[in-house]
Amino acid sequence: MTDTSRKQLVAVSAGLSQPSSTRLLTDRLSDATVSDLTGRGVEVDLRTIDLRDLAQDITNNLVTGFASTKLQDAIDAVANADGLIAVTPIFTASYSGLFKSFFDVIDNTALTGLPTLIAATGGTPRHSLALDHAVRPLFSYLRAPVMPTSVFAAAEDWGNGSTEDGIAALPDRIHRAAGELAGAMEHSTRSARVIDPYALEGFSPVGGYGAQ
Amino acid sequence: MQFGIFTVGDVTTDPTNNTTPTENERIKAILTIAQKAEEVGLDVFALGEHHNEPFVPSSPTTMLGYVAAKTEKLLLSTATTLITTNDPVKIAEDYAMLQHVADGRVDLMMGRGNTGPVYPWFGKDIRQGIPLAIENYALLRRLWDEDVVDWEGQFRTPLQGFTATPRPLDGVAPFVWHGSIRSPEIAEQAAYYGDGFFANHIFWPKEHFQRLINYYRQRFEHYGHGKADQAFVGLGGQVFMAKNSQDAVNQFRPYFDNAPVYGHGPSLEDFTEQTPLTVGSPQQVIDRTLTFRETFGDYQRQLFLMDHAGLPLKTVLEQLDMLGELVVPTLRKELDALRPAHVPDGPTHQSEIERMAARSAAKAVQDADAQSAVAAEAARTAGSTTTSTTAAAHSGAAFGL
Repeated sequence: MTDTSRKQLVAVSAGLSQPSSTRLLTDRLSDATVSDLTGRGVEVDLRTIDLRDLAQDITNNLVTGFASTKLQDAIDAVANADGLIAVTPIFTASYSGLFKSFFDVIDNTALTGLPTLIAATGGTPRHSLALDHAVRPLFSYLRAPVMPTSVFAAAEDWGNGSTEDGIAALPDRIHRAAGELAGAMEHSTRSARVIDPYALEGFSPVGGYGAQ
Repeated sequence: MQFGIFTVGDVTTDPTNNTTPTENERIKAILTIAQKAEEVGLDVFALGEHHNEPFVPSSPTTMLGYVAAKTEKLLLSTATTLITTNDPVKIAEDYAMLQHVADGRVDLMMGRGNTGPVYPWFGKDIRQGIPLAIENYALLRRLWDEDVVDWEGQFRTPLQGFTATPRPLDGVAPFVWHGSIRSPEIAEQAAYYGDGFFANHIFWPKEHFQRLINYYRQRFEHYGHGKADQAFVGLGGQVFMAKNSQDAVNQFRPYFDNAPVYGHGPSLEDFTEQTPLTVGSPQQVIDRTLTFRETFGDYQRQLFLMDHAGLPLKTVLEQLDMLGELVVPTLRKELDALRPAHVPDGPTHQSEIERMAARSAAKAVQDADAQSAVAAEAARTAGSTTTSTTAAAHSGAAFGL
């Protein structure tokens, strides 16, 4: 599949407009994580997935129960990653529907143990807790360890780089979060695993009770 | 090679004129379609079992019993029989009865069902879907294969000294297919018993089913029922035809766009590309169906879904005429010619009688070997070393049962 010594980083952006501030934040987080890993002497491959390009495939999957080739490729990339950056715009007090739908069509055990950095964009800082009340529980349910630092970027964050008032600016938060993800990814062996979906451990074709 | 049709029995509004058949009209239409299948030279008619709208066939053996009386050669099957929520005792008796009524023209396809609430409606838990399928089938097998059964399990009240009535025709149970869309456990189960595996094939791309069928074939060989290419594979398919392919597309599109399950989702073109759905000329259907063999190997049964999504009875009967006249004879000729001699044909009551006789003969050899091994061990411990290798003479044919 891939060179097993290299770590696989996948970034998922649920931004809808083009250009998108969600994609912008995704790229800043990706770059920071890649450079942190490089600094640790770890080689990394980055793949960025724009859910906008998969919107129709995701909806079709919801309706038919199966993924198109293009969507399956994206799902496989996420499921086999060493680290995930998941970024959504905040719509109506929560993650966007497209963001949720993408994770809805992934098998609910596929993200187990996947180090995940969550981030979001919004019009004002008043939406920032959506990361902790909506996005974090989603990944907790999927048993993906979520990094302690999540990154919220309101419109004004893109213009205020100073730390004079003692509040960490967006770039500082990006670097702290990226450092946490890089640290967790450094030891991940997820992308090197070979999963056999046909390994039926403990399964008996005649049943486990004394029925046979 | 067996060709036939399978129906889920949906009552769906015809989107082109906004009319909906009554339950009675749909039930009668299904019975007409089944008889038409025999008339146009198809081999198999398989009926679904559902307990929720918009599907009507809740009582398959009632309908199949009628079809049995109205036909002479048609093999009657199910797609699928709910092994999870039905009592296996009732399945054993209903289908043994149907076997007698239909002079052996009966087999079944086991499935777990597609509707969550059916489990609690029948007092079961959907989270136990696989264990129910496994245990219920283990009991069903014994009820057919053994005259008197003592049994205790997790999901059903115990049985002591029970005999399922009537006994299977000629002492041989109906052939069983196991249908599954995604569970390797069911492929494993089918392989263990030397039963057939049916891939619905209609939803999901072929690569998915290719893996599942390859796995079933390997495990069939592992359990000693024959070579991997001798395993019993059935496939679903879905077609709509017209002489000119563009007419077929234009005629079918409104039904496709409003169909239960995938309607209002992917486009007809995407779905055609991603699944075995073929909408076009009879020749296109032939060409597409021949690719199934290339993907899955020589297989025994091809069933087509023809009568859903609100298609009127008249259209379905026309489609069956085309299938029987223009498609199946060519497929039958080509696929039968390609199939090597050692690969079995589609299973029938007669072929099952022979297969079960061969299985008992092999088991008798095995038992005799086991006895001679005991004798050899006794002789060895008594000081003689002369017969220590006889047990290896017939060590094959581990039939897994």
